[in-house]
Amino acid sequence: MSPEFIQGIVVFVLAAFVGFEVISKVPPTLHTPLMSGANAISGITIVGAIIAAAFADGAVAIVLGILAMVFATINVVGGFLVTDRMLEMFKKKPVAKR
Amino acid sequence: MITLLYLLAGALFIVGLRGLGSPRTARRGNQIAATGMLLAIVVTVYWVYDHSPNDEGLSALWWVILVGLAIGGAIGALLALRVQMTAMPELVAAFNGFGGGASALVAFAAIVETGTVVATDVAYATETEVTVALSIAIGVVTFSGSFVAYGKLQGIITGRPVALPGGPFFNLILVLLMTAASVWAIVWNEPLGYWVLAGIALVLGVTGVIPIGGADMPVVISLLNSLSGVAASMAGFVIGNQGLIIAGALVGAAGFILTVQMSEAMNRSLANVLFAGFGTEGAGPIDAGDRPVNSATPEDVAISLNYAQNVLVVPGYGLAVAQAQHAVRDLATALEERDINVEYAIHPVAGRMPGHMNVLLAEADVPYDVLLDLDHSNPKFANTDVVLVVGANDVVNPSARDDSTSPIYGMPILEVDLAATTVVIKRSLSPGFAGIDNPLFYMPSTMMLFSDAKGAIENVTEALLDL
Repeated sequence: MSPEFIQGIVVFVLAAFVGFEVISKVPPTLHTPLMSGANAISGITIVGAIIAAAFADGAVAIVLGILAMVFATINVVGGFLVTDRMLEMFKKKPVAKR
Repeated sequence: MITLLYLLAGALFIVGLRGLGSPRTARRGNQIAATGMLLAIVVTVYWVYDHSPNDEGLSALWWVILVGLAIGGAIGALLALRVQMTAMPELVAAFNGFGGGASALVAFAAIVETGTVVATDVAYATETEVTVALSIAIGVVTFSGSFVAYGKLQGIITGRPVALPGGPFFNLILVLLMTAASVWAIVWNEPLGYWVLAGIALVLGVTGVIPIGGADMPVVISLLNSLSGVAASMAGFVIGNQGLIIAGALVGAAGFILTVQMSEAMNRSLANVLFAGFGTEGAGPIDAGDRPVNSATPEDVAISLNYAQNVLVVPGYGLAVAQAQHAVRDLATALEERDINVEYAIHPVAGRMPGHMNVLLAEADVPYDVLLDLDHSNPKFANTDVVLVVGANDVVNPSARDDSTSPIYGMPILEVDLAATTVVIKRSLSPGFAGIDNPLFYMPSTMMLFSDAKGAIENVTEALLDL
Protein backbone atom coordinates (compact mmCIF):
# COMPACT_ATOMS: atom_id res chain seq x y z
CA MET A 1 0.00 0.00 0.00
CA SER A 2 1.18 3.48 -0.80
CA PRO A 3 2.06 5.83 2.09
CA GLU A 4 -0.74 8.18 0.98
CA PHE A 5 -3.27 5.40 1.23
CA ILE A 6 -2.10 4.40 4.70
CA GLN A 7 -2.24 8.03 5.77
CA GLY A 8 -5.79 8.14 4.40
CA ILE A 9 -6.76 5.16 6.53
CA VAL A 10 -5.28 6.83 9.63
CA VAL A 11 -7.27 9.98 8.93
CA PHE A 12 -10.42 7.95 8.25
CA VAL A 13 -10.24 6.01 11.52
CA LEU A 14 -9.46 9.07 13.64
CA ALA A 15 -12.22 11.12 12.03
CA ALA A 16 -14.67 8.27 12.58
CA PHE A 17 -13.84 8.21 16.28
CA VAL A 18 -14.37 11.95 16.50
CA GLY A 19 -17.73 11.44 14.80
CA PHE A 20 -18.74 8.80 17.34
CA GLU A 21 -17.79 11.05 20.25
CA VAL A 22 -19.28 14.29 18.98
CA ILE A 23 -22.81 12.86 18.82
CA SER A 24 -22.97 11.00 22.12
CA LYS A 25 -25.71 12.99 23.88
CA VAL A 26 -28.30 14.69 21.70
CA PRO A 27 -31.89 15.36 22.87
CA PRO A 28 -34.46 13.66 20.57
CA THR A 29 -35.84 17.11 19.74
CA LEU A 30 -32.76 17.79 17.69
CA HIS A 31 -32.54 14.44 15.93
CA THR A 32 -34.21 15.71 12.76
CA PRO A 33 -32.14 18.89 12.38
CA LEU A 34 -28.99 17.00 13.29
CA MET A 35 -29.69 14.34 10.68
CA SER A 36 -30.35 17.04 8.15
CA GLY A 37 -27.18 18.94 9.07
CA ALA A 38 -25.03 15.82 8.96
CA ASN A 39 -26.60 15.02 5.61
CA ALA A 40 -25.53 18.43 4.31
CA ILE A 41 -21.97 17.76 5.47
CA SER A 42 -21.96 14.46 3.60
CA GLY A 43 -22.38 16.65 0.54
CA ILE A 44 -18.61 17.21 0.96
CA THR A 45 -18.43 14.84 -1.97
CA ILE A 46 -18.89 18.07 -3.95
CA VAL A 47 -15.12 18.45 -3.54
CA GLY A 48 -14.65 15.14 -5.29
CA ALA A 49 -17.18 16.13 -7.91
CA ILE A 50 -15.37 19.38 -8.77
CA ILE A 51 -12.06 17.56 -9.08
CA ALA A 52 -13.60 14.78 -11.13
CA ALA A 53 -15.27 17.26 -13.48
CA ALA A 54 -12.14 19.38 -13.79
CA PHE A 55 -9.78 16.53 -14.57
CA ALA A 56 -12.16 14.45 -16.62
CA ASP A 57 -10.56 13.22 -19.82
CA GLY A 58 -13.25 12.45 -22.31
CA ALA A 59 -16.90 13.17 -22.87
CA VAL A 60 -18.34 10.45 -20.65
CA ALA A 61 -16.18 11.44 -17.71
CA ILE A 62 -17.13 15.11 -18.12
CA VAL A 63 -20.83 14.27 -18.18
CA LEU A 64 -20.46 12.07 -15.10
CA GLY A 65 -18.43 14.78 -13.38
CA ILE A 66 -20.97 17.52 -14.05
CA LEU A 67 -23.82 15.26 -12.98
CA ALA A 68 -21.91 14.46 -9.79
CA MET A 69 -21.43 18.18 -9.19
CA VAL A 70 -25.12 18.97 -9.68
CA PHE A 71 -26.15 16.15 -7.35
CA ALA A 72 -23.64 17.14 -4.69
CA THR A 73 -24.55 20.83 -4.86
CA ILE A 74 -28.24 19.99 -4.41
CA ASN A 75 -27.22 18.03 -1.33
CA VAL A 76 -25.04 20.80 0.09
CA VAL A 77 -27.13 23.89 -0.63
CA GLY A 78 -30.48 22.24 0.05
CA GLY A 79 -29.20 20.46 3.13
CA PHE A 80 -27.82 23.50 4.92
CA LEU A 81 -30.77 25.71 3.96
CA VAL A 82 -33.41 23.26 5.10
CA THR A 83 -31.56 22.67 8.37
CA ASP A 84 -31.43 26.41 8.94
CA ARG A 85 -35.15 26.67 8.26
CA MET A 86 -35.86 24.00 10.83
CA LEU A 87 -33.61 25.55 13.44
CA GLU A 88 -34.92 29.04 12.86
CA MET A 89 -38.11 27.84 14.50
CA PHE A 90 -36.30 26.75 17.62
CA LYS A 91 -35.01 30.19 18.40
CA LYS A 92 -35.82 31.26 21.92
CA LYS A 93 -39.44 32.28 22.13
CA PRO A 94 -40.56 34.93 24.60
CA VAL A 95 -41.62 32.93 27.66
CA ALA A 96 -45.33 32.10 27.73
CA LYS A 97 -47.58 34.67 29.23
CA ARG A 98 -49.13 34.15 32.68
CA MET B 1 -1.20 24.08 2.70
CA ILE B 2 -4.23 22.77 0.84
CA THR B 3 -4.42 19.83 3.23
CA LEU B 4 -4.28 22.20 6.20
CA LEU B 5 -7.20 24.19 4.83
CA TYR B 6 -9.17 20.97 4.41
CA LEU B 7 -8.28 20.15 8.00
CA LEU B 8 -9.68 23.53 9.04
CA ALA B 9 -12.87 22.75 7.14
CA GLY B 10 -13.00 19.40 8.93
CA ALA B 11 -12.56 21.16 12.29
CA LEU B 12 -15.45 23.51 11.41
CA PHE B 13 -17.59 20.45 10.64
CA ILE B 14 -16.76 18.96 14.03
CA VAL B 15 -17.55 22.20 15.88
CA GLY B 16 -20.72 22.53 13.80
CA LEU B 17 -21.89 19.00 14.55
CA ARG B 18 -21.31 19.52 18.24
CA GLY B 19 -23.28 22.76 18.09
CA LEU B 20 -26.15 20.94 16.39
CA GLY B 21 -26.42 18.67 19.41
CA SER B 22 -27.74 21.34 21.75
CA PRO B 23 -30.85 23.51 21.26
CA ARG B 24 -29.16 26.81 22.05
CA THR B 25 -26.21 26.39 19.73
CA ALA B 26 -27.85 24.36 16.97
CA ARG B 27 -28.45 27.11 14.46
CA ARG B 28 -24.97 28.53 14.81
CA GLY B 29 -23.60 25.00 14.55
CA ASN B 30 -25.28 24.57 11.21
CA GLN B 31 -23.89 27.90 10.02
CA ILE B 32 -20.39 26.95 11.15
CA ALA B 33 -20.64 23.67 9.24
CA ALA B 34 -21.87 25.56 6.17
CA THR B 35 -18.86 27.87 6.47
CA GLY B 36 -16.61 24.82 6.55
CA MET B 37 -18.27 23.59 3.38
CA LEU B 38 -17.80 26.93 1.64
CA LEU B 39 -14.13 26.88 2.63
CA ALA B 40 -13.72 23.35 1.26
CA ILE B 41 -15.34 24.34 -2.04
CA VAL B 42 -13.22 27.48 -2.45
CA VAL B 43 -10.04 25.58 -1.61
CA THR B 44 -10.93 22.90 -4.14
CA VAL B 45 -11.66 25.36 -6.91
CA TYR B 46 -8.34 27.08 -6.22
CA TRP B 47 -6.54 23.74 -6.21
CA VAL B 48 -8.11 22.81 -9.52
CA TYR B 49 -7.04 26.18 -10.95
CA ASP B 50 -3.53 25.66 -9.64
CA HIS B 51 -3.24 22.18 -11.13
CA SER B 52 -5.00 22.72 -14.42
CA PRO B 53 -2.80 21.55 -17.26
CA ASN B 54 -3.02 24.40 -19.77
CA ASP B 55 -4.58 27.78 -20.36
CA GLU B 56 -6.96 27.04 -23.19
CA GLY B 57 -8.58 24.27 -21.18
CA LEU B 58 -9.13 26.65 -18.32
CA SER B 59 -12.09 28.71 -19.54
CA ALA B 60 -14.04 25.59 -20.49
CA LEU B 61 -13.23 24.28 -17.05
CA TRP B 62 -14.67 27.33 -15.32
CA TRP B 63 -17.85 26.93 -17.30
CA VAL B 64 -18.15 23.34 -16.26
CA ILE B 65 -17.69 24.19 -12.60
CA LEU B 66 -19.91 27.27 -12.69
CA VAL B 67 -22.74 25.56 -14.53
CA GLY B 68 -22.61 22.53 -12.24
CA LEU B 69 -22.66 24.63 -9.08
CA ALA B 70 -25.36 26.97 -10.38
CA ILE B 71 -27.76 24.25 -11.48
CA GLY B 72 -27.31 22.20 -8.34
CA GLY B 73 -27.47 25.23 -6.09
CA ALA B 74 -30.66 26.52 -7.69
CA ILE B 75 -32.42 23.15 -7.45
CA GLY B 76 -31.28 22.63 -3.86
CA ALA B 77 -32.29 26.11 -2.73
CA LEU B 78 -35.65 25.89 -4.45
CA LEU B 79 -36.46 22.55 -2.83
CA ALA B 80 -35.26 23.67 0.59
CA LEU B 81 -37.14 26.97 0.66
CA ARG B 82 -40.40 25.75 -0.80
CA VAL B 83 -40.88 22.52 1.11
CA GLN B 84 -43.66 22.28 3.67
CA MET B 85 -42.40 21.61 7.16
CA THR B 86 -44.42 18.39 7.13
CA ALA B 87 -42.52 17.07 4.13
CA MET B 88 -39.16 17.59 5.80
CA PRO B 89 -38.27 13.92 6.32
CA GLU B 90 -38.73 12.95 2.71
CA LEU B 91 -36.75 15.98 1.55
CA VAL B 92 -33.81 14.95 3.74
CA ALA B 93 -34.10 11.50 2.16
CA ALA B 94 -34.00 12.99 -1.33
CA PHE B 95 -31.00 15.23 -0.57
CA ASN B 96 -29.26 12.23 0.89
CA GLY B 97 -29.93 10.23 -2.24
CA PHE B 98 -28.33 12.95 -4.36
CA GLY B 99 -25.25 12.96 -2.11
CA GLY B 100 -24.82 9.20 -2.34
CA GLY B 101 -25.33 9.30 -6.09
CA ALA B 102 -22.70 12.02 -6.41
CA SER B 103 -20.10 9.90 -4.59
CA ALA B 104 -20.74 6.97 -6.91
CA LEU B 105 -20.49 9.26 -9.95
CA VAL B 106 -17.16 10.65 -8.73
CA ALA B 107 -15.77 7.14 -8.60
CA PHE B 108 -17.18 6.38 -12.06
CA ALA B 109 -15.79 9.57 -13.56
CA ALA B 110 -12.40 8.61 -12.18
CA ILE B 111 -12.25 5.18 -13.79
CA VAL B 112 -14.37 5.56 -16.88
CA GLU B 113 -11.73 6.69 -19.33
CA THR B 114 -8.21 5.72 -18.50
CA GLY B 115 -7.76 3.49 -15.52
CA THR B 116 -5.55 6.02 -13.82
CA VAL B 117 -6.37 8.26 -10.89
CA VAL B 118 -7.37 11.44 -12.70
CA ALA B 119 -6.09 13.98 -10.23
CA THR B 120 -2.68 12.48 -9.56
CA ASP B 121 -1.98 10.54 -12.73
CA VAL B 122 -0.88 7.58 -10.66
CA ALA B 123 -1.84 4.24 -12.15
CA TYR B 124 -4.42 2.44 -10.07
CA ALA B 125 -3.15 0.31 -7.29
CA THR B 126 -5.38 -2.49 -6.05
CA GLU B 127 -6.23 -0.64 -2.85
CA THR B 128 -7.54 2.32 -4.82
CA GLU B 129 -9.64 0.01 -6.97
CA VAL B 130 -11.14 -1.41 -3.80
CA THR B 131 -12.22 2.09 -2.75
CA VAL B 132 -13.64 2.69 -6.23
CA ALA B 133 -15.78 -0.43 -5.83
CA LEU B 134 -16.83 0.56 -2.29
CA SER B 135 -17.61 4.11 -3.35
CA ILE B 136 -19.81 2.88 -6.19
CA ALA B 137 -21.51 0.15 -4.15
CA ILE B 138 -22.30 2.29 -1.10
CA GLY B 139 -23.09 5.41 -3.10
CA VAL B 140 -25.55 3.65 -5.40
CA VAL B 141 -27.28 1.78 -2.56
CA THR B 142 -27.67 5.13 -0.78
CA PHE B 143 -29.05 6.67 -3.95
CA SER B 144 -31.76 4.12 -4.71
CA GLY B 145 -32.49 3.38 -1.05
CA SER B 146 -33.04 7.05 -0.27
CA PHE B 147 -35.45 7.50 -3.13
CA VAL B 148 -37.43 4.43 -2.10
CA ALA B 149 -37.62 5.96 1.40
CA TYR B 150 -38.73 9.21 -0.23
CA GLY B 151 -41.42 7.37 -2.19
CA LYS B 152 -42.66 5.59 0.91
CA LEU B 153 -42.97 8.81 2.89
CA GLN B 154 -44.66 10.60 0.00
CA GLY B 155 -47.08 7.73 -0.39
CA ILE B 156 -45.90 7.01 -3.95
CA ILE B 157 -44.78 3.58 -2.77
CA THR B 158 -46.84 1.70 -0.20
CA GLY B 159 -45.78 2.49 3.34
CA ARG B 160 -46.43 -1.11 4.31
CA PRO B 161 -43.56 -3.55 4.43
CA VAL B 162 -43.31 -5.54 1.21
CA ALA B 163 -42.15 -9.11 1.77
CA LEU B 164 -39.31 -10.29 -0.46
CA PRO B 165 -38.97 -13.85 -1.73
CA GLY B 166 -36.48 -15.43 0.63
CA GLY B 167 -36.57 -12.47 3.01
CA PRO B 168 -33.20 -11.12 4.12
CA PHE B 169 -31.43 -13.90 2.20
CA PHE B 170 -32.49 -12.24 -1.03
CA ASN B 171 -30.42 -9.21 -0.12
CA LEU B 172 -27.58 -11.36 1.17
CA ILE B 173 -27.36 -12.96 -2.27
CA LEU B 174 -27.24 -9.50 -3.86
CA VAL B 175 -24.35 -8.56 -1.57
CA LEU B 176 -22.49 -11.73 -2.58
CA LEU B 177 -23.11 -10.93 -6.26
CA MET B 178 -21.76 -7.42 -5.69
CA THR B 179 -18.63 -8.85 -4.12
CA ALA B 180 -18.19 -11.12 -7.13
CA ALA B 181 -18.62 -8.21 -9.55
CA SER B 182 -16.03 -6.21 -7.59
CA VAL B 183 -13.53 -9.07 -7.70
CA TRP B 184 -14.15 -9.36 -11.43
CA ALA B 185 -13.49 -5.64 -11.89
CA ILE B 186 -10.41 -5.48 -9.68
CA VAL B 187 -8.62 -8.79 -10.08
CA TRP B 188 -9.37 -9.24 -13.78
CA ASN B 189 -9.10 -5.52 -14.51
CA GLU B 190 -12.49 -5.55 -16.17
CA PRO B 191 -14.17 -2.11 -16.03
CA LEU B 192 -17.49 -3.69 -16.97
CA GLY B 193 -17.48 -5.21 -13.48
CA TYR B 194 -18.03 -1.76 -11.96
CA TRP B 195 -21.14 -1.21 -14.06
CA VAL B 196 -22.50 -4.61 -13.09
CA LEU B 197 -21.73 -3.71 -9.48
CA ALA B 198 -23.66 -0.46 -9.81
CA GLY B 199 -26.61 -2.28 -11.39
CA ILE B 200 -26.88 -4.76 -8.53
CA ALA B 201 -26.40 -1.97 -5.96
CA LEU B 202 -29.30 -0.10 -7.54
CA VAL B 203 -31.49 -3.17 -6.95
CA LEU B 204 -30.16 -3.68 -3.41
CA GLY B 205 -31.11 -0.14 -2.41
CA VAL B 206 -34.70 -0.91 -3.45
CA THR B 207 -34.96 -4.40 -2.01
CA GLY B 208 -33.17 -3.35 1.18
CA VAL B 209 -35.62 -0.56 2.00
CA ILE B 210 -38.91 -1.80 0.56
CA PRO B 211 -39.46 -4.54 3.19
CA ILE B 212 -39.29 -1.92 5.94
CA GLY B 213 -42.48 -0.22 7.10
CA GLY B 214 -43.11 3.50 6.65
CA ALA B 215 -42.95 4.12 10.39
CA ASP B 216 -39.33 3.04 10.43
CA MET B 217 -38.25 5.26 7.53
CA PRO B 218 -36.60 7.85 9.82
CA VAL B 219 -34.20 5.20 11.07
CA VAL B 220 -33.57 4.04 7.52
CA ILE B 221 -32.92 7.58 6.28
CA SER B 222 -30.52 8.15 9.14
CA LEU B 223 -28.67 4.94 8.30
CA LEU B 224 -28.54 5.87 4.61
CA ASN B 225 -27.19 9.26 5.66
CA SER B 226 -24.43 7.50 7.53
CA LEU B 227 -23.75 5.40 4.43
CA SER B 228 -23.56 8.44 2.17
CA GLY B 229 -20.85 9.74 4.50
CA VAL B 230 -18.89 6.52 4.09
CA ALA B 231 -19.39 6.71 0.32
CA ALA B 232 -17.99 10.27 0.30
CA SER B 233 -15.03 9.09 2.34
CA MET B 234 -14.35 6.27 -0.12
CA ALA B 235 -14.56 8.74 -2.99
CA GLY B 236 -11.91 10.69 -1.08
CA PHE B 237 -9.60 7.68 -1.24
CA VAL B 238 -10.27 7.33 -4.95
CA ILE B 239 -9.17 10.85 -5.82
CA GLY B 240 -6.67 11.15 -2.96
CA ASN B 241 -8.41 13.99 -1.11
CA GLN B 242 -8.10 14.18 2.66
CA GLY B 243 -10.88 16.72 3.11
CA LEU B 244 -13.34 14.22 1.69
CA ILE B 245 -11.98 11.41 3.85
CA ILE B 246 -12.28 13.45 7.05
CA ALA B 247 -15.77 14.83 6.50
CA GLY B 248 -17.11 11.58 5.10
CA ALA B 249 -15.85 9.51 8.03
CA LEU B 250 -17.18 12.11 10.45
CA VAL B 251 -20.70 11.96 9.00
CA GLY B 252 -20.53 8.19 8.66
CA ALA B 253 -19.82 7.77 12.37
CA ALA B 254 -22.08 10.57 13.60
CA GLY B 255 -24.94 9.35 11.41
CA PHE B 256 -24.54 5.83 12.72
CA ILE B 257 -24.71 6.95 16.37
CA LEU B 258 -27.81 8.95 15.55
CA THR B 259 -29.35 5.90 13.87
CA VAL B 260 -28.77 3.77 16.96
CA GLN B 261 -30.27 6.48 19.18
CA MET B 262 -33.36 6.61 16.99
CA SER B 263 -33.86 2.84 17.16
CA GLU B 264 -33.47 3.01 20.93
CA ALA B 265 -36.17 5.68 21.12
CA MET B 266 -38.49 3.02 19.66
CA ASN B 267 -37.12 0.43 22.06
CA ARG B 268 -35.89 -1.74 19.22
CA SER B 269 -32.54 -2.81 17.95
CA LEU B 270 -31.29 -1.57 14.61
CA ALA B 271 -31.22 -5.14 13.29
CA ASN B 272 -34.86 -5.52 14.29
CA VAL B 273 -35.80 -2.39 12.37
CA LEU B 274 -33.93 -3.45 9.26
CA PHE B 275 -34.83 -7.12 9.03
CA ALA B 276 -38.01 -7.77 11.00
CA GLY B 277 -40.46 -6.51 8.34
CA PHE B 278 -42.38 -4.87 11.17
CA GLY B 279 -46.13 -4.95 10.74
CA THR B 280 -46.19 -7.35 7.81
CA GLU B 281 -48.76 -9.48 9.59
CA GLY B 282 -52.13 -8.12 10.64
CA ALA B 283 -52.16 -5.51 7.89
CA GLY B 284 -55.39 -4.18 6.50
CA PRO B 285 -58.31 -2.40 8.08
CA ILE B 286 -59.24 -3.53 11.56
CA ASP B 287 -62.81 -4.67 12.10
CA ALA B 288 -64.22 -2.84 15.09
CA GLY B 289 -66.74 -5.63 15.48
CA ASP B 290 -69.44 -4.85 17.99
CA ARG B 291 -67.14 -3.12 20.46
CA PRO B 292 -68.71 0.17 21.53
CA VAL B 293 -67.00 3.39 20.44
CA ASN B 294 -67.83 6.75 22.01
CA SER B 295 -68.21 8.99 19.04
CA ALA B 296 -68.19 12.63 20.11
CA THR B 297 -69.07 15.96 18.51
CA PRO B 298 -66.83 19.03 18.67
CA GLU B 299 -69.34 20.50 21.16
CA ASP B 300 -68.93 17.51 23.51
CA VAL B 301 -65.17 17.95 23.38
CA ALA B 302 -65.42 21.70 23.97
CA ILE B 303 -67.57 21.15 27.05
CA SER B 304 -65.19 18.68 28.64
CA LEU B 305 -62.26 20.97 27.86
CA ASN B 306 -64.10 23.90 29.42
CA TYR B 307 -64.37 22.10 32.77
CA ALA B 308 -60.79 20.86 32.74
CA GLN B 309 -57.89 22.32 34.65
CA ASN B 310 -55.04 20.45 33.08
CA VAL B 311 -54.98 19.58 29.40
CA LEU B 312 -52.25 17.63 27.65
CA VAL B 313 -52.05 17.64 23.87
CA VAL B 314 -50.49 14.58 22.21
CA PRO B 315 -49.63 15.47 18.62
CA GLY B 316 -48.96 12.79 16.04
CA TYR B 317 -48.51 12.33 12.36
CA GLY B 318 -52.13 13.25 11.63
CA LEU B 319 -51.42 16.73 12.95
CA ALA B 320 -48.53 17.06 10.55
CA VAL B 321 -50.55 15.84 7.55
CA ALA B 322 -53.44 18.20 8.28
CA GLN B 323 -51.09 21.13 9.01
CA ALA B 324 -53.05 21.53 12.24
CA GLN B 325 -50.27 23.00 14.35
CA HIS B 326 -51.60 26.56 14.08
CA ALA B 327 -55.15 25.42 14.84
CA VAL B 328 -53.88 23.59 17.93
CA ARG B 329 -52.05 26.69 19.01
CA ASP B 330 -55.24 28.75 18.66
CA LEU B 331 -57.19 26.24 20.74
CA ALA B 332 -54.47 26.30 23.40
CA THR B 333 -54.64 30.11 23.50
CA ALA B 334 -58.42 29.98 23.95
CA LEU B 335 -58.00 27.49 26.78
CA GLU B 336 -55.27 29.51 28.44
CA GLU B 337 -57.56 32.53 28.44
CA ARG B 338 -59.90 30.40 30.55
CA ASP B 339 -57.03 29.69 32.95
CA ILE B 340 -56.71 26.13 31.78
CA ASN B 341 -53.19 24.79 31.84
CA VAL B 342 -52.12 23.39 28.44
CA GLU B 343 -48.99 21.37 27.85
CA TYR B 344 -47.83 19.09 25.06
CA ALA B 345 -46.63 15.52 25.45
CA ILE B 346 -44.21 14.64 22.70
CA HIS B 347 -43.37 11.04 22.00
CA PRO B 348 -39.82 10.70 20.70
CA VAL B 349 -40.96 9.15 17.43
CA ALA B 350 -44.27 10.97 17.01
CA GLY B 351 -44.73 12.05 13.43
CA ARG B 352 -42.26 10.59 11.04
CA MET B 353 -38.98 11.64 12.52
CA PRO B 354 -37.70 12.17 16.02
CA GLY B 355 -38.13 15.85 16.73
CA HIS B 356 -40.68 16.25 13.93
CA MET B 357 -43.43 17.45 16.29
CA ASN B 358 -41.14 19.92 18.02
CA VAL B 359 -40.30 21.46 14.67
CA LEU B 360 -43.95 21.78 13.69
CA LEU B 361 -45.13 23.20 17.01
CA ALA B 362 -42.21 25.61 17.08
CA GLU B 363 -43.38 26.79 13.66
CA ALA B 364 -46.76 27.62 15.26
CA ASP B 365 -45.04 29.61 18.02
CA VAL B 366 -45.74 27.12 20.76
CA PRO B 367 -43.25 27.97 23.51
CA TYR B 368 -40.45 25.48 23.98
CA ASP B 369 -41.00 25.04 27.72
CA VAL B 370 -44.50 23.50 27.45
CA LEU B 371 -43.26 20.67 25.24
CA LEU B 372 -42.76 17.68 27.51
CA ASP B 373 -40.81 14.60 26.57
CA LEU B 374 -41.86 11.04 27.33
CA ASP B 375 -40.32 10.83 30.79
CA HIS B 376 -41.86 14.10 31.92
CA SER B 377 -45.30 13.46 30.38
CA ASN B 378 -46.11 10.01 31.67
CA PRO B 379 -46.23 10.91 35.41
CA LYS B 380 -48.68 13.71 34.51
CA PHE B 381 -51.42 11.77 32.74
CA ALA B 382 -53.05 10.47 35.94
CA ASN B 383 -53.59 14.08 37.06
CA THR B 384 -54.70 15.31 33.66
CA ASP B 385 -58.38 16.04 33.08
CA VAL B 386 -58.42 15.89 29.31
CA VAL B 387 -55.84 14.47 26.94
CA LEU B 388 -56.23 15.59 23.35
CA VAL B 389 -54.69 13.02 21.01
CA VAL B 390 -54.34 14.72 17.63
CA GLY B 391 -53.65 12.23 14.88
CA ALA B 392 -51.43 9.95 16.93
CA ASN B 393 -52.05 6.24 17.16
CA ASP B 394 -49.29 3.72 17.76
CA VAL B 395 -47.46 5.92 20.28
CA VAL B 396 -50.53 5.92 22.56
CA ASN B 397 -51.47 2.25 22.08
CA PRO B 398 -51.79 0.61 25.52
CA SER B 399 -51.10 -2.80 23.91
CA ALA B 400 -47.42 -1.91 23.97
CA ARG B 401 -47.67 -1.98 27.77
CA ASP B 402 -50.39 -4.58 28.42
CA ASP B 403 -50.38 -7.19 25.68
CA SER B 404 -47.24 -9.28 25.51
CA THR B 405 -48.41 -10.84 22.23
CA SER B 406 -48.61 -7.45 20.50
CA PRO B 407 -45.91 -6.77 17.90
CA ILE B 408 -45.22 -3.42 19.53
CA TYR B 409 -45.06 -4.85 23.08
CA GLY B 410 -42.31 -3.10 25.02
CA MET B 411 -42.28 0.06 22.92
CA PRO B 412 -42.41 3.09 25.21
CA ILE B 413 -45.79 4.81 24.91
CA LEU B 414 -47.53 7.88 26.24
CA GLU B 415 -49.96 6.46 28.81
CA VAL B 416 -52.90 8.63 27.80
CA ASP B 417 -55.40 6.03 29.01
CA LEU B 418 -54.56 7.00 32.60
CA ALA B 419 -56.15 10.43 32.17
CA ALA B 420 -59.74 11.12 33.26
CA THR B 421 -60.85 11.71 29.69
CA THR B 422 -59.02 11.02 26.48
CA VAL B 423 -60.18 12.67 23.28
CA VAL B 424 -58.85 11.05 20.12
CA ILE B 425 -59.09 13.14 16.98
CA LYS B 426 -58.67 10.82 14.04
CA ARG B 427 -60.28 10.32 10.69
CA SER B 428 -61.28 6.71 11.28
CA LEU B 429 -60.55 3.66 13.38
CA SER B 430 -57.94 2.52 10.88
CA PRO B 431 -54.63 1.32 12.27
CA GLY B 432 -51.43 3.35 12.25
CA PHE B 433 -48.12 2.50 10.65
CA ALA B 434 -47.65 -0.55 12.83
CA GLY B 435 -50.87 -1.94 11.32
CA ILE B 436 -52.38 -3.04 14.61
CA ASP B 437 -55.58 -2.30 16.46
CA ASN B 438 -55.61 0.21 19.30
CA PRO B 439 -57.69 -0.79 22.39
CA LEU B 440 -57.58 2.85 23.52
CA PHE B 441 -60.31 3.68 21.01
CA TYR B 442 -62.80 1.38 22.74
CA MET B 443 -62.18 2.44 26.33
CA PRO B 444 -65.10 4.01 28.21
CA SER B 445 -63.02 7.08 29.08
CA THR B 446 -62.16 7.70 25.43
CA MET B 447 -64.12 10.04 23.15
CA MET B 448 -63.53 9.65 19.44
CA LEU B 449 -63.87 12.72 17.26
CA PHE B 450 -63.82 11.45 13.69
CA SER B 451 -62.50 14.21 11.48
CA ASP B 452 -59.31 15.49 10.00
CA ALA B 453 -57.17 17.11 12.65
CA LYS B 454 -57.33 20.69 11.44
CA GLY B 455 -61.09 20.86 10.90
CA ALA B 456 -61.77 19.10 14.18
CA ILE B 457 -59.59 21.43 16.22
CA GLU B 458 -61.07 24.50 14.56
CA ASN B 459 -64.60 23.26 15.28
CA VAL B 460 -63.72 22.57 18.90
CA THR B 461 -62.24 26.04 19.30
CA GLU B 462 -65.35 27.57 17.76
CA ALA B 463 -67.61 25.53 20.04
CA LEU B 464 -65.50 26.53 23.02
CA LEU B 465 -65.76 30.22 22.22
CA ASP B 466 -69.54 29.85 21.91
CA LEU B 467 -69.92 28.37 25.40
